[in-house]
Amino acid sequence: MFAYVLRRALYAIPILVGVNLITFFLFFVVNTPDDMARMHLGMKRVTPDAIEKWKAERGYDRPLLYNAQADGSDRLTATIFFDKSVRLFGFDFGSSDAGRNIGADIKQRMWPSLAIAVPQFLVGLLVYVSFAMLLAFFRGSYLDISGVVLCVVLMSISGLFYIIAGQYVFSKLLHLFPVSGYEPGWLAWRFVLLPVVIGVIAGLGSSGRVYRTFFLEEIGKDYVRTARAKGVPETRLLFRHVLKNAMVPILTGVVVVIPTLFMGSLIMESFFGIPGLGSYTIEAIQNQDFAIVRAMVFLGSALYILGLLLTDISYTLVDPRIRLS
Amino acid sequence: MIQPVILWTDALVFLLVAVVLLFLLFALYARNKEHLRAPWRQVVRSRMAVASLVVLSAYTVTGLLDSIHFRAALPETAGQREIQYSGEVLSVLDTLLGPVRTQVEKSYSAPFATHLYTRESVTTAEGEVVRIFPRLQFGGAHLADPAHKGADIAARSAVAAAQAVAATAALYLLAGVLLARRRRRPLIAILGQLARGGTDIPWRTALFAVLLIALVVTLLANLSAAYHVLGTDKVGQDVLYQSIKSIRTGLVIGTLTTLVMLPFAVFLGMLAGYFRGWVDDVIQYLYTTLNSIPGVLLIAAAVLMMQVYMANHPELFETMAERADMRLLFLCLILGVTSWTGLCRLLRGETLKLRELDYVQAATAFGVSRATILVRHLLPNLLHLVLIAVVIDFSGLVLAEAVLSYVGVGVDPTTLSWGNMINGARLEMAREPMVWWSLLAAFSFMFTLVLAANLFSDAVRDAFDPRLRR
Repeated sequence: MFAYVLRRALYAIPILVGVNLITFFLFFVVNTPDDMARMHLGMKRVTPDAIEKWKAERGYDRPLLYNAQADGSDRLTATIFFDKSVRLFGFDFGSSDAGRNIGADIKQRMWPSLAIAVPQFLVGLLVYVSFAMLLAFFRGSYLDISGVVLCVVLMSISGLFYIIAGQYVFSKLLHLFPVSGYEPGWLAWRFVLLPVVIGVIAGLGSSGRVYRTFFLEEIGKDYVRTARAKGVPETRLLFRHVLKNAMVPILTGVVVVIPTLFMGSLIMESFFGIPGLGSYTIEAIQNQDFAIVRAMVFLGSALYILGLLLTDISYTLVDPRIRLS
Repeated sequence: MIQPVILWTDALVFLLVAVVLLFLLFALYARNKEHLRAPWRQVVRSRMAVASLVVLSAYTVTGLLDSIHFRAALPETAGQREIQYSGEVLSVLDTLLGPVRTQVEKSYSAPFATHLYTRESVTTAEGEVVRIFPRLQFGGAHLADPAHKGADIAARSAVAAAQAVAATAALYLLAGVLLARRRRRPLIAILGQLARGGTDIPWRTALFAVLLIALVVTLLANLSAAYHVLGTDKVGQDVLYQSIKSIRTGLVIGTLTTLVMLPFAVFLGMLAGYFRGWVDDVIQYLYTTLNSIPGVLLIAAAVLMMQVYMANHPELFETMAERADMRLLFLCLILGVTSWTGLCRLLRGETLKLRELDYVQAATAFGVSRATILVRHLLPNLLHLVLIAVVIDFSGLVLAEAVLSYVGVGVDPTTLSWGNMINGARLEMAREPMVWWSLLAAFSFMFTLVLAANLFSDAVRDAFDPRLRR
């Protein structure tokens, strides 16, 4: 099993290299640093000096791949590629175009993101599984049918609607929660509760429906019929036998998102004014701060690849056939 | 005089229409092939599917009308040699909507309002300056006394309802005549059967859906001539007009993205599954890499880069519409790049399974070339997966547009889209009293489309997915 995991882990390296090359290509080859400087400084009245100054301040004034003027190893290291892309592998994000240290920002803004994302993930999982189990238990009844219809309707509503409507009803009309903002420490719950509830409801449609089919698939299997024939009561059957087996596809399916919880939710955080990584990314996109976007692309990919790795490991834990082969 | 304009997305929309027409021609040829007919028969016999199909076609017709663009000629001036064309690109839909497009108020007004939503300083005849809600320029302007609004709306609605019922009744008769002729049975019997809902294909449900849509259309047509049915936005533009114009944007993103990604997904997925070995490794590496970049961030990065490119090359675009259109097309392309991986993986897995089956082995033994095996023996057996993926992706893409426009990496700010409407209205949320109609309009138009697409895709999946077939 160790060898298997090691092989999967090594496979992650070329993928990260690929991601890095794609971002490098997108950010430095499609548009030269000159274009970016012109964009930032405004299109009119841009003197070549101003462009040179802008580039020099941010370290974009070097050659892209090969520095012919430098000596020795500097020929390769004193380039934009080495400075901006290769350093990412050590999670050294450098400084943003506005001059802030991206690494420090990420460390600081990661916690509010987690404060929203982790409860949302856990509560969501609990709610979706219970909901799906309820529908599966009453399969074929009106409760089941109306539950599925509800899922389709919920799925068809834009995620933005949940946020806007939730904010309007709970914060503006009922004054139960602050509209937006954040406070570190335990007082954060007041700001966290509404986003979590809204996030859970927004995901109910798609997840509830998929999990229901997982349960139904499991209920249709032979061992369930055997157990029922032997006189196991339906509730016990569902909780002891079906739940355990249906959790396998559910859990292995969600493992991949666990690391990406760090990244936070772009939309949720910006609507609720939560100073997490999601709103950090949005601000960067809106201010056209390419250095931050580049860093977040790399970070997001690295976390996703970690998620894939965790998925592989969880499969080997669950299914001995993979472990032994 | 008009000058037709074919935008890039228009061309692709027409291409898509051509593909669908070819498909229908093929269906005509294949109508005697039971195994091809059976799943479609199941689709059209589902009441849900038929009703949503009617809704979807209403949206599609609107979108197609909005895809025929032209530039109107400017009025001729003396001593002019050539006809000058307006810089404004219009569509057939714009001409049909006529007054809804051109009747622009000063600022916000609520649905069916006769007065502006905000106070303005007005100098009265006596020379006094007072703060009042002024009358709208167009909304309810025909009423001498705004108090009679209710009666006027009721009268117009009654006319609309009568028109809708008449149109549906005509359609009912037409369907009856056609069916009676085809089945060689008396018209009365067929009409009775239709009304009872006793036909194989649920015509009654279809007619109900048509009635509903006809009602909406006639109501809007009758009322919007005199009122702003969904209010006006900040610059006084009719919200109904914006919502209708947004249909094309939503449809283009939902369909063209798939059109762009399909060739890649099918080609690479089949190659990977059929040839295995290093081809498989390379293709798997490719899609895992692309897939591991968070979708929104990749789109954001690509769109940011395109913005820089467009800002630095303004000379490439003759009109604003062309520029906005290019951006829409690019968004479709980049959405396609991020969304082809799922289908590709699915097709790879299925091809891996299929290539081991006896009939493929037999074809190999007969010396059939690899290309022929891929195209003739494997591709047809993968098409149901493609079809399911296409219809399922559609609704997700329509919803994604709103989110991306909110983030600021969606369609061009000048393109009318539901995402842009929501984004614009969001800024007015803090206003007291709240300006809610833009939000509600955008969400309802989007919801209807996505719900219909979801229901239709369910029916298609039920019919085509062999695992679900009983």
